[in-house]
Amino acid sequence: TDYNDLYCLFTLVQFTKAGQFFSSGHTNNWAVLVCTSRFWFNYRHVANTLSVYRSVKRLGIPDSHIVLMLADDMACNYRNPKPATVFSHKNMELNVYGDDVEVDYRGYEVTVENFLRVLTGRLPPSTPRSKRLLSDDRSNILIYLTGHGGNGFLKFQDSEEISNMELADAFEQMWQKRRYNELLFIIDTCQGASMYERFYSPNLMALASSQVGEDSLSHQPDLAIGVHLMDKYTFYLLEFLEEVHPASQANMNDLFKVCPQSQCVSTPGHRTDLFQRDPGSVLITDFFGSVRKVEITKDTINLTSPVEPPIQRSGSGDIQIESLTYVDQLPVAEIIHQKPKQKDWHPPDGFILGLWTLILLVFFQTYGIKHLKHIF
Amino acid sequence: WSLCIISTPLIHWTSRSKQSAPARDQFQEELVIRPLHSGDIYASFQFRTLWDIDFLQERQKVSHYRLFPKSLGQVLSKFSVRELHISFTQGFWRTMQWGQPFIPSPPGAELWVWFHDTVSDVDGNWKELTNVLSGIFCASLNFIDLTNTVQPSASFKPLGLGNATDHRFLRYATLPREIVCTENLTPWKKLLPCGSKAGLSVLLKSEKLFHSSFHSQAVHIRPVCQDEQCTSKAWELRQTLNVVFDLYTSSQGKKEWSLFKMFSRTLTEACPLATSSKIYVDITDNPELNPVTPLLSQAVVLGDRRTYSVFDLTRAETFGQLCSLNLLLRWKGDSDMLRPLLHAERYVAGFGLQTGEIHTVIYNNHPYRAFPVLLMDSVPWYLQLYIHTLTVTSKSRDNKPSYIHYQPAKDRHRPHLLEMLIQLPPHSMTEVTVQFERALLKWTEYTPDPNHGFYVGSSVVSALVPSMVAMNTNFTQDQPLFSSFVPVKEESSYFVRVYTEPLLVNLPTPDFSMPYNVICLTCTVVAVGYGSFYNLLTRTFQVDEPSLPLEKRLANLIRRIRGVPLLA
Repeated sequence: TDYNDLYCLFTLVQFTKAGQFFSSGHTNNWAVLVCTSRFWFNYRHVANTLSVYRSVKRLGIPDSHIVLMLADDMACNYRNPKPATVFSHKNMELNVYGDDVEVDYRGYEVTVENFLRVLTGRLPPSTPRSKRLLSDDRSNILIYLTGHGGNGFLKFQDSEEISNMELADAFEQMWQKRRYNELLFIIDTCQGASMYERFYSPNLMALASSQVGEDSLSHQPDLAIGVHLMDKYTFYLLEFLEEVHPASQANMNDLFKVCPQSQCVSTPGHRTDLFQRDPGSVLITDFFGSVRKVEITKDTINLTSPVEPPIQRSGSGDIQIESLTYVDQLPVAEIIHQKPKQKDWHPPDGFILGLWTLILLVFFQTYGIKHLKHIF
Repeated sequence: WSLCIISTPLIHWTSRSKQSAPARDQFQEELVIRPLHSGDIYASFQFRTLWDIDFLQERQKVSHYRLFPKSLGQVLSKFSVRELHISFTQGFWRTMQWGQPFIPSPPGAELWVWFHDTVSDVDGNWKELTNVLSGIFCASLNFIDLTNTVQPSASFKPLGLGNATDHRFLRYATLPREIVCTENLTPWKKLLPCGSKAGLSVLLKSEKLFHSSFHSQAVHIRPVCQDEQCTSKAWELRQTLNVVFDLYTSSQGKKEWSLFKMFSRTLTEACPLATSSKIYVDITDNPELNPVTPLLSQAVVLGDRRTYSVFDLTRAETFGQLCSLNLLLRWKGDSDMLRPLLHAERYVAGFGLQTGEIHTVIYNNHPYRAFPVLLMDSVPWYLQLYIHTLTVTSKSRDNKPSYIHYQPAKDRHRPHLLEMLIQLPPHSMTEVTVQFERALLKWTEYTPDPNHGFYVGSSVVSALVPSMVAMNTNFTQDQPLFSSFVPVKEESSYFVRVYTEPLLVNLPTPDFSMPYNVICLTCTVVAVGYGSFYNLLTRTFQVDEPSLPLEKRLANLIRRIRGVPLLA
């Protein structure tokens, strides 16, 4: 009957929606946001990166899962008329720097080598956790790059470049080491589409602000601050992301429509041939947010009794009878009569050893071994 | 239906058994506001956590942290740290205009650490410690390595309890280029027990704090006496924040300040975890203070007896009817400031990019007393010092230091370290000069912006300055925090540390576009020189017949049709 068919259809629709909800294979989200330009007139690149940081944090990714790299400090720069702020709108409407920012790599630390080490995970053992990308094979990673670029390269801090082949190889290393489940790559530079031309690893989706041969343009200058505040593509991307909330159903096709040529002057491009799922079924929050999937259960759980802390003997043990004292801050008499500190004895090396070997060789040459017993 | 049913799981809570008493810890917070003679205002926050525990004892594995932050506790026990002092400063403290600060600090980042006697590899621990701290404070402390670390032999004695001071366990490094911004303030605030939610830390808003002439935040960890008898140790963590707000940028030129004008917030409550939460306002020069409070306190600090008005935030009546406290301070300010007795400056003299001279000038402004100072200079290896040109002159006469320790630099391994104990005559200016030569670095060692210059860290002048007023040598528990930072051993003098300006030196910079220029030039020379030579050798020449005019060509065409021989 009709009602049965309708009920079955309703069930089917609900099943697919729920099935979709649990179908995306990722369990955690990471973001690597990089600004590669130095100097005050590149304020807009820092503002770009901070607006993506702000959106990503707002949609749920915690600071421990974001690696933020800013090549120069604009907020506390001496030329900034409003310190500790980075604005994205004219008339200073939106402060994207905020009160709660944590920058992991800053200043001279933002280099091609550090960026590639973060991606591939080959960092020295003493690197702290906040500077590492600790993703696994069930992580969805968002990578955002901005700065000055050209056909096939991106400039880091005006002194070195990263080429599109290096980037593609880094992603292949990540794939072989199972460091990502799916990866979204966004780049906002001149001729940005050249950077994703060479990708060859699976599960990669890429967006760029302009095609090869086109320049990405900046949005609007602010007369009080004196520089351009943001780039056009990221400005409209921020506008789009401000509408997204953690439960929103917006998908990647909406993201591809951000900033058409009438607004951006350049033509944004995208690449989805390496991506296995259909872009229409990929939610924005799969990459920009950190939506946790919750399993609901009806069983009861028994919590174990808390662990007893070790019994601490308060004040017992060896009580020091003599009182402790503070050290004299400038003991003049002691300093004047200070003996030179004992240096550890090292065996003689290099020149001294060679010199003594030469002397001994000449000695034995001249006098011979058999004469030694007369000498000693 | 099935997938949409929401049910809450049932959890059985077991009853909590009584735990044995953990080690005691207490938290105190304090703010000192001092109006300065130039019209600026100086605010100094101190947050102190005192914990009766010994990290270095093997028996007690510390796992229960309450007020003391866990990240720092784990760092202390892993690296066997006896004392740790780290500071981040933006701006330079102007001693002649503002007097002496409560807690001095040099521009940029400074880190000095005393390790425990049991450590066998101090350099390895130091390297790992700097990396861990760079992650905790979001700063580039990982740039601290052996090329900018020194081991002072007489300066920087421990500020905490201790007997033996073997300077093999001390490491000192400074990064003068380090920028301080909100990303350093955020993790610093997270170390406080109340975070930035309650108590004095609600005033710490970055938009106001960084719009100032001077901003310095520091963390000091050291072992101190637990009580007056001083029989056992306790760990003290002090987080200090000093800020000087400028008269013209923050107050539009009027010497009228309030908490709201300085911090864009007012206070509504004390931190519930604090045992004491106080504000001290310096009223020695009789400014107008609103609201008036009957609590007054006198303290001798930095050789001067000052009167303070005390606001106790743990008492509800401090907040008045509106449940918020906003202090208003106004003064006319024409009285004399107590001239600071010790003051130092430093600059680079000379011209050109090859040689130069570093001048350090130390002023002793005491009218009749002479006292010794310890000057410590740490110069990077690329400024090669000529120590035979070192001169120390006071009142245009040679002044021989009673102690000199000099460790020469090793290229790309160690910086120069120069420590001298100099006796300063009363009311005089002492000048220390040394000549240097600039080295040429390898092209990969330059920073991305080499034309900015290279920084040389501040010199440190440590001295026991004779005091006009008797200092308090007794240690009491309810002493205000700002007067108990440096331990006082005798009444007649107080310890002070003065930092000079850092230097900005230009090194000879190569032209980084030269590789490109060389390739272009070489390819052009090869193409033009060799190419033309090759063409001359291998090209053959043929005679080309000139072309005929149009009538003759038509005639040739007709002749070809006829089969008759052609014209020339």
